[in-house]
Amino acid sequence: MITDLKRTSLYDRHAAAGAKIVPFAGWEMPVEYAGVRAEHLAVRARSGLFDVSHMGQIEVMGPGSREFLQSVLTNDITRIGPGQAQYTLLPDDEGGVIDDLLAYALLDRFLLVVNASNIAPCFERISGLAPAGVDVVDRSPEVAMLALQGPAWALALSPFASPEPFALQYMEATEARVSGVPCLVARTGYTGEPGVEIMCPADDASTVWDALMRGPDGPVPTGLAARDTLRLEMGYPLYGNELGRDRSPIAAGLHWACDLRNGGFPGAERMRSEREQGTPEKLVALLFTEKGIPRGGCPVLANGEVVGTVTSGTLSPSLGVGAALAYVSSDHAEPGTALTVDVRGKQKAAEVTALPLVDTSPRKGDPR
Amino acid sequence: MSDETYPDDLRYHPEHDWVRLDGDEAVFGVTWFAQDALGEVVYFDPPEVGATTTAGASYGELESVKAVSDIIAPAGGEVVAVNAAVSDSPELVNGDPYGAGWLVKVRLSDPSQLDALMDAAAYRAYLAGLGD
Repeated sequence: MITDLKRTSLYDRHAAAGAKIVPFAGWEMPVEYAGVRAEHLAVRARSGLFDVSHMGQIEVMGPGSREFLQSVLTNDITRIGPGQAQYTLLPDDEGGVIDDLLAYALLDRFLLVVNASNIAPCFERISGLAPAGVDVVDRSPEVAMLALQGPAWALALSPFASPEPFALQYMEATEARVSGVPCLVARTGYTGEPGVEIMCPADDASTVWDALMRGPDGPVPTGLAARDTLRLEMGYPLYGNELGRDRSPIAAGLHWACDLRNGGFPGAERMRSEREQGTPEKLVALLFTEKGIPRGGCPVLANGEVVGTVTSGTLSPSLGVGAALAYVSSDHAEPGTALTVDVRGKQKAAEVTALPLVDTSPRKGDPR
Repeated sequence: MSDETYPDDLRYHPEHDWVRLDGDEAVFGVTWFAQDALGEVVYFDPPEVGATTTAGASYGELESVKAVSDIIAPAGGEVVAVNAAVSDSPELVNGDPYGAGWLVKVRLSDPSQLDALMDAAAYRAYLAGLGD
């Protein structure tokens, strides 16, 4: 089947930087430049720059927007005010996950940043439920998004940003110019490191990219493969691997992003019940205690019996050992539990390990 | 990473494996094309010394962070040595795929099997055809 793959406005930059470019969620995206491991370690140690323009931006505005979003998203959106972001989920009528997303409260509207593969389902769901007077607009085609991640993010950004957005705390956002381009700069990300995500008009993205890349403390260009290994070490779920319509967010440990006390969103009753009674399976992290690399779909065993399935697996570049996220039966989910993973017929010893797998935090360096 | 090369003294299998004949023993490895397609190699799952290889069948696995690839034997025989340096430092496959990144040494059961493989010129032409 021939499909038309989309290119971000930074495609030429990736090609010039020697990126390996692969189809991803309908886009031609850079999967790696110098190599996954080097890029991953650069983000943990200094900084890396990702093109995440494939992600979606949906705006919700008009009177009653807050109340409307409170009724369709799991988290309590009344807890954020202008300039703040919140991790939340869009549930279907049964409490399954249509997508996980970041909701930003801005001065006159809300901005929802959703996964590339879920732009259409999110837009259909939200616009379909929106009452008269609430406008839902898909801005994805005109918005580019760059993620500058790593402890040296401020050094990399400082020569080009005006005003310098360094007073921002984790999960805060502000408007700023980067190399003259009007941007929304947010202290958010998907790596576990401090950093920013920068949204700007797609036509201007190369100006921002070029400025950041040529700075004296500039980041390394970083591809989607490292983005995946970085998020896995933090235990951040990925839609399609750890999240989907077939489970509520509770089994994934995302009760903290669901307003179970007061929420009236679809599936709230099921999630309350699951939170009180427990789910049959829980999402856990596994680290291998011998050589080998777990992969999505590998069975997880205890005493020879299948007790779960790997949803994401890789070699952890930070730790140098196999690392996985897996749903396992809740009686095998305690950190320290010894399990085995069947990797294409070979049994590999693994241990349930508390998250994050690496000692870092996106709040690192914040004054409070 | 290394530059794209296909040495003239090797024979090539269409699954992107090379073989270098050394007396009645042969050295197996993967080509520059294979390691480039796989990306940075982070794990080598080798066969046991004494294991049998069969021409056209998998004798081990190479893994990058993102993907797993079977390693296809260009000829049949008995594994007499495994490159422990690659087990310890799998990135040797990327840095020197025809030298320090060799994978196994095999005592061939039927050296005439090599006649079915491509020489470097034929393999280069085969690679050019893959893009069509």
